[in-house]
Amino acid sequence: MQTSTQPEIFAEQEAAQAAAIGIDQSLGDFTYDVKYDYDAGSGLTENTVRYISAVKKEAPWILDFRLNALKTFLAKPLPTHWATKDLENINFDKIRYYLAQGQKPKRTWDEVPEDIKKTFERLGVPEQERKFLAGVEAQFDSEAAYSNIKDIVAKQGVIFMNSTQALREHPELFRKWFGKVIPTSDNKFSALNSAVFSGGSFIYVPPGVKVAQPLQAYFRINAENFGQFERTLIICDEGSEVTYMEGCTAPKFSTSTLHSAVVELVALKGAKIQYITVQNWAPNVYNLVTKRGLALEDAEIKWIDCNIGSRLTMKYPGVVLKGRRARGEVISIALANDGQHQDTGAKMIHAADETTSTIVSKSISVGEGRATYRGQVHIPKHLRGCKNNTECDALLINTNSRTDTYPAITVRGDKHATQHEASVSKVSEEMIFYMQQRGLTEAQAMSLAVNGFINDLASQFPMEYSVELKRLIELEMEGSVG
Amino acid sequence: MTASASTLPQWWLDTRAAAWDRYNAAPAPSRADERWRFSDVAGITLDGLAIEPAALSDSEILALKTKAQGALSPFRATLKHAASLSFINNRLSHSASLPGELTAKGVIFCPIEEAIEKYPQHIQTYLQKHDVALGSEKFTALNTALTTSGALLYVPKNVVVELPLILEHIATDDDACVYPHTLVILEDNARATLIEYFASAEPGARHFASGVNDLHAGAGAQLTYIGAQSWSSNTLAFQTNSIVAQRDARVTSLNVHLGGRQARHESHSRLQGPGAHSEMLALTIATGAQQFDQRTLQTHQAPHTSSNLLYKNALLDTAKTIFSGLIIVEPDAQKTDAYQSNRNLMLSDAAESNSLPGLEIQANDVRCTHGATSARIPAEQEFYLQSRGIDPAQAHELLVAGFFEEVLNKLENEELHAVLASLLQTKFKK
Repeated sequence: MQTSTQPEIFAEQEAAQAAAIGIDQSLGDFTYDVKYDYDAGSGLTENTVRYISAVKKEAPWILDFRLNALKTFLAKPLPTHWATKDLENINFDKIRYYLAQGQKPKRTWDEVPEDIKKTFERLGVPEQERKFLAGVEAQFDSEAAYSNIKDIVAKQGVIFMNSTQALREHPELFRKWFGKVIPTSDNKFSALNSAVFSGGSFIYVPPGVKVAQPLQAYFRINAENFGQFERTLIICDEGSEVTYMEGCTAPKFSTSTLHSAVVELVALKGAKIQYITVQNWAPNVYNLVTKRGLALEDAEIKWIDCNIGSRLTMKYPGVVLKGRRARGEVISIALANDGQHQDTGAKMIHAADETTSTIVSKSISVGEGRATYRGQVHIPKHLRGCKNNTECDALLINTNSRTDTYPAITVRGDKHATQHEASVSKVSEEMIFYMQQRGLTEAQAMSLAVNGFINDLASQFPMEYSVELKRLIELEMEGSVG
Repeated sequence: MTASASTLPQWWLDTRAAAWDRYNAAPAPSRADERWRFSDVAGITLDGLAIEPAALSDSEILALKTKAQGALSPFRATLKHAASLSFINNRLSHSASLPGELTAKGVIFCPIEEAIEKYPQHIQTYLQKHDVALGSEKFTALNTALTTSGALLYVPKNVVVELPLILEHIATDDDACVYPHTLVILEDNARATLIEYFASAEPGARHFASGVNDLHAGAGAQLTYIGAQSWSSNTLAFQTNSIVAQRDARVTSLNVHLGGRQARHESHSRLQGPGAHSEMLALTIATGAQQFDQRTLQTHQAPHTSSNLLYKNALLDTAKTIFSGLIIVEPDAQKTDAYQSNRNLMLSDAAESNSLPGLEIQANDVRCTHGATSARIPAEQEFYLQSRGIDPAQAHELLVAGFFEEVLNKLENEELHAVLASLLQTKFKK
């Protein structure tokens, strides 16, 4: 069945990603020897947390926040009664919780240290790329190595910087919403992130400002057994709009690594936030991410979430619809290949009248891959006029592929309408036959059919992401038939 | 645990003792268990109940039987049937035997204790051969340990029982605990319909019920099972139902839930041979502060099997329903066709419906879909009825009847359809 081995496919995948953004990434598979100025060592204790906080020269309230989070993390059990047992394979004592070179974020390319530049070049963020990737924050390990905010964005009054810097420079803005959308105790991994977070982005868009260009961040894990715990907070003030994109690549390492981010979005009255993720971690990464937005009156939050890489992803972007007529939307694409489990979904918490939400999820299971949809829709008492529509479709490519669907819908009261539909299918033989008759190989036909399956969702991505996604899927599909 | 009847064989006493140990060893349900998600586990208390039914004197048993005369089920009263058995507080209170022509063909319909003595081979081969495994194992064990009521229905190969068989379980007096246990075995190409009715003699008495039914359909067999419960408003009820369908067998099960303070029903279908089909239906009217908790599992273990689940709930007042269903398609079960649908009709602003329709698919050439909806009656329909002078309460009743019609229409027996429709109506008369 599988004609290519997993590493080959992975290399092709990286190459495709590189090609999509115009770089040669055949060099992608490497372990880079980086000298870290700061290294909190393996394992997690109170000392680790104190060390991180001290290195970052944080205010005392942040250290307290971290220490409390550590207690919560240690006290909370793993969610194994519903989650996969694979979580038990994470060895928290072997993970290094903080590594950094300690340099201040740089604004110009010239100021970026030579050895980091070298890594970026191999990664595909060379100098010429900067011109095109407006506003890119490239996170090198735990710290932003450089940040290059476009003048226009800054002129509009938009604050776009890494979280560490924002905590220092804009504590009043940060503290107001920090941990408010996702409390520390939300789950074991949000608590872990709250204890050891470093890096991530902070964005504040002032009232009425519409940011025309999408802001981007580029993450990369770069040390064996090194978990990355970025913390992102985006605040859109009244009537403002922003689109944020994050893409991930990671070099291959032989032992499992952990990525556990927390992303909080706040859309004040009438604001619009669109958050786009293309996740393509190496197949040994545990990707356990908590993402949630808070939408006030007439605000709109849209998560576009695409998961292709990692060993295990557990991620359920959510929207708390707190203000009247708020709108939430999750568009999710997951592709699970051999050895992968994509456990993704969405949460819609309706907390005001006339709030509406939509969830569209499409998953593809290839080989022995397993794709799971897990969703929650909650409409409490005494509200009226709330609506939810959920659709999840799964495509199974091989006879040993697997898919699961676990939605939970709670509705109180008689003034609402919810609808959930799910279907599971395979690519029909007639369709493949039709394409083969017209000269396509079976693999090309399958790839085309799969791209057709997700086409209506992929077209909602910005162009370059859409192209990248298409190529990634084509490569993932290679060798899946025959 | 006491052995109530000394005439019972040792193997059965051992089975009961083992079940009693399992009951005591099993932990109480917990919300941390995904199978009890959204359940009100605090409401599950057996405090103050004498879970082991006490021994009664002859005069007490006679008094019970007299009481049972008044609690005639709507099924036995109006439907033509082949045979019937009734139990009150776990004791046989009525029996109408099968006609001679059926017994001559080898059909058996007798109380479970009689079956244990006379037909141990059937009991030993089939009784709880498959666990339901949907969360109530503790209460299933309690049933095995304590059951004295219930029946065995055995239909030999190629035998057709045209008229339905009726089983009744009545609980009476405060703190009564009942343990109905039904075993149905249809051999290859056999056909039968069994109606089981559960009720309390007094509308407000405190009762506890833990029932089990085990349905086995051999190759080509056709089984229709109707379970209707009208427990008191202060009953805690558990019912677990296991269905096994062999090659080309067709099982239709319809469960009607009307009574109880808190009632949980678990149903597990196993499709074990190509061509097997299970039609799983349920109708619930939840009023007052009632809680109905329904958990289902459709396991497709062989290729070319199909199942269709349709659970409809009408919710009024502050009632709460939980539907948690799962379709599992095992790796070899290619060409499976499975459907699962939960429809909630919200008739009150304070009612709560929870829906967890799940799928676990491990074969790729399948057609599996599920759907769940929660919605109110469209305002136009309500207005239409009211504009013709029908008051809101009556309009609800009519619309609920219309909502349920889709399920009742799946029954071939028109007489049965009519009895069930009027039984559903009684809920609105209270």
